[in-house]
Amino acid sequence: MPKNIKQETLGLNGDEAVAFAAKQCDVDVVAAYPITPQTIIVEKFSEYVANGEVKTEFVCTESEHSALTACLAASATGARTFTASASAGLALMNEILFVTSGSRAPVVMAIANRALSSPLNIHGDHSDSMAARDSGWIQIYVENAQEAYDSIIQAFRIAEDTGVSLPIIVGLDGFTLSHTLENVDVLSDELAKEFVGERQFPTVITHEGKTVPYKLDPDNPMTMGPIALQNYYFEFKRQQQEGMNNALKKIVEINNEYAGISGRSYGNGLIEAYKLEDAEIAVVCVGSTSGTLKVIIDELRQEGLKAGLLRLRTFRPLPVEELRNALQNSKAIAVMDKSMSFGGLGGAVFQEIRHALYDEKTHPPIINYIYGLGGRDSSPRELRKIFEELTRIVKTGNVDDQVRYLGLRE
Amino acid sequence: MTTQEWKFTAKDIALKPDLFLSGHRACAGCGPATVLRLIMKGTRGPTIVTEATGCMEVVSSIYPYTSWGLPWLHTAFENAAANASGIEAALKALRKKGKIKNEHVDVIALAGDGGTFDIGLQALSGAVERGHDFLFVLYDNEGYMNTGIQRSGGTPTGAATTTTPAGSVIPGKLEKKKPITEIMLAHEMEYVATATPYYWKDLITKVRKGLEVEGPAFLHVFAPCPRGWRSDPAKSIEYSKLAVESCVFPIWEAVNGKRQLSIPSRLISLAPKKKKPVKDYLAGQGRFRHLFTPQNSHVLDEIQRATDEHWQKLLQKCESA
Repeated sequence: MPKNIKQETLGLNGDEAVAFAAKQCDVDVVAAYPITPQTIIVEKFSEYVANGEVKTEFVCTESEHSALTACLAASATGARTFTASASAGLALMNEILFVTSGSRAPVVMAIANRALSSPLNIHGDHSDSMAARDSGWIQIYVENAQEAYDSIIQAFRIAEDTGVSLPIIVGLDGFTLSHTLENVDVLSDELAKEFVGERQFPTVITHEGKTVPYKLDPDNPMTMGPIALQNYYFEFKRQQQEGMNNALKKIVEINNEYAGISGRSYGNGLIEAYKLEDAEIAVVCVGSTSGTLKVIIDELRQEGLKAGLLRLRTFRPLPVEELRNALQNSKAIAVMDKSMSFGGLGGAVFQEIRHALYDEKTHPPIINYIYGLGGRDSSPRELRKIFEELTRIVKTGNVDDQVRYLGLRE
Repeated sequence: MTTQEWKFTAKDIALKPDLFLSGHRACAGCGPATVLRLIMKGTRGPTIVTEATGCMEVVSSIYPYTSWGLPWLHTAFENAAANASGIEAALKALRKKGKIKNEHVDVIALAGDGGTFDIGLQALSGAVERGHDFLFVLYDNEGYMNTGIQRSGGTPTGAATTTTPAGSVIPGKLEKKKPITEIMLAHEMEYVATATPYYWKDLITKVRKGLEVEGPAFLHVFAPCPRGWRSDPAKSIEYSKLAVESCVFPIWEAVNGKRQLSIPSRLISLAPKKKKPVKDYLAGQGRFRHLFTPQNSHVLDEIQRATDEHWQKLLQKCESA
């Protein structure tokens, strides 16, 4: 940790850590609707408002659709905005997810990842935000409450960077992280505020030739959210991709800068490689299960097995180069998916990883484990089996089933 | 609301620069386009407009052109009131923190009948319940005209649309028009009013009154659509007069729930003989053409009966206020 920077250790669950971070980021508008397991975030934030700890306008909307709409409109008006949701709530926002990214509104949203109906299930998996993969939002998934806190602070900087100007989801596993108490080191209010800074605006040139910030301002009337047809729509979408490309660099930069003030970093911000340099077998994982996998890898290393983990922290934009470099020496890879892509070849993460490695000269066998759906626990004993299977594949060269289900009764 | 009424002349309005500018792509005789131009004449200072997806959004914002002379935001169809909530909350927070000028900015949300009666009702009800300071203007052309003239909750009984065609068995829309202003009044809003573009001075005054309310206000504006109504583009303003004269669309305002007829409708209430038969209003509109046949005459009778009943109820509501 850098010298002379005092950090307080608080006992917070993941949701509380998110709310605490949002409080420190001097958010102007929060518009939200309650849904388990995100509810603690908005409850906690309401307390800050009720006790005058923040000057935020808190809008308790009648639906998630309106919550995200209000955030988008507030963001368009120049406000720093934050919301939180999960599962059905994110699904109801779906239309506005696309409008928000297309409008280049840097809304920050925490998602306490939860299963989607039907059957109804309130527990953790990644079905909700993985289904929002192509909505144009940056997606970061965290491993623990500490990272949830740190990532929310970073998220405002990433989203509001003028070269990025895109909304961002910070995903934390429902209940496993959202409701589990951990020690969380927090920055002082001043330091957090200084790190996040004031909201920055991209500039646009008006028809009069004036350079003005991109926001709704009576002094500089601007038409936002126009209709763009065959002659312009495509260019808008291409520019959005440019924002994503810029985010790739920005996330790394901000991860480094944040390490400078906090002493904490998460890999390079995009991926975190754990004992991967010399690993013969590697597991790729998103979210909190990575913590359990690290413990297992430590045990396996003691047993003489060269096992490693790649935690994919940033899922959108996908850090293709980093993935290739980190995984190129592996002899067998297992990709973990906490959601399904029905009718596809494995889960979303599997498809992405396998796709990213297609052009590599070495073609290590890659298998997919669908796990933990609807909050099903994945025990260390079960997770260990993945490494045993990878060892077998390296020895025999025989993959068998490419897509498997971990901890499923059938 | 200020007690002193805003006084203005036709000259004042003509001289006030347009904020809904010419060059938009609306059809000839478009009622909503006239309504929007008049609404913008009622603004009183810095204003942000947000609009639901619909005819007026589409015709006024084809990139890289715009008809809007003030900041304007469109996001989706069902959420104009949620947009207004977000804009208003942002203005409040930014003002409180000294990040923008310390001046009041009016917020106007615009939506058609689809974006108000139907898909936008939830967001509207929520925003009004939360008490955001904004004026919601419904421009009611009585159908989903932008998508090709489909039925909405605002389509009146008997009208033929592409989803309620006048068939050999079913004579157009069977259901009633949803009583949207009654729904909004039930929210105990400070200001709810109806208006038509024929009575332009009344309309502009109501816009100003709605803006002066510190909280949500609702204005229901009748807006003929020649394409959807199969009517003569030259007669849109005439229909917006006939609708009032036949009591199909009486104009009134309710301040803190106290309802009062506006002058044109009040004159009819004082001289009931001046009330025109609904046939005078319906005739000439292609959407009602099938009603003027012997087998559908009962529908015409029913429309007249329902209009009379609605008018009587309105008179009672105004009396009891």
